[in-house]
Amino acid sequence: MIDRVEKIRTRLEEVLAPLHLQITDDSAAHAGHAGVIASGGGHFSALIVSAAFEGKSAVQRHQLVYRALGDLMRTDIHAFSIKAFTPLEYQQL
Amino acid sequence: MDVIDRIKQQLAEHPVILYMKGSPEFPQCGFSGRAVQILEHCGASYAYVNIFEDPELRENLKLYSNWPTFPQLYVNGELVGGSDIMMDLFQKGELQKILAEASPPPVSQ
Repeated sequence: MIDRVEKIRTRLEEVLAPLHLQITDDSAAHAGHAGVIASGGGHFSALIVSAAFEGKSAVQRHQLVYRALGDLMRTDIHAFSIKAFTPLEYQQL
Repeated sequence: MDVIDRIKQQLAEHPVILYMKGSPEFPQCGFSGRAVQILEHCGASYAYVNIFEDPELRENLKLYSNWPTFPQLYVNGELVGGSDIMMDLFQKGELQKILAEASPPPVSQ
């Protein structure tokens, strides 16, 4: 079975070509909570730095990430916490 | 009524509406619970829909908004975001402004 983090990484890299991508599996912290049992999906968080976010609102950035994840949002992911920065924003952090 | 028309009607009728898992009293997911806490902290008056009670609306709202997770907060019919964006806007003090403009406190006469 392919690691879920690797599946997520592949999707995001294909669509967003991130300069920096850090994905964390937080599932252990949420094990046993109702949503996890019902969906079988894990909790993940990601820091994504991509030029694809330039000129986009927070909502549009998240929509872009969700679109890249596609069906993984139904099969593998219950919650995906997103920090999305443009390269310039990330430099200024 | 068609489910999309129902969504549009809810968004039109409520300047601030939260689609969530569970209710504000009994949120059934930590992210929905966090969204409620943020709204309460802002002193916002808001409507909510428990999406577990309406599976058809739940699936169609995801498509309508291009947003596959809950909670989802809408102000004046526009998607503001999920709990991450809410927290981010709250920490910047922007959510308070958005909510105050959307549902100003009642003016005493």
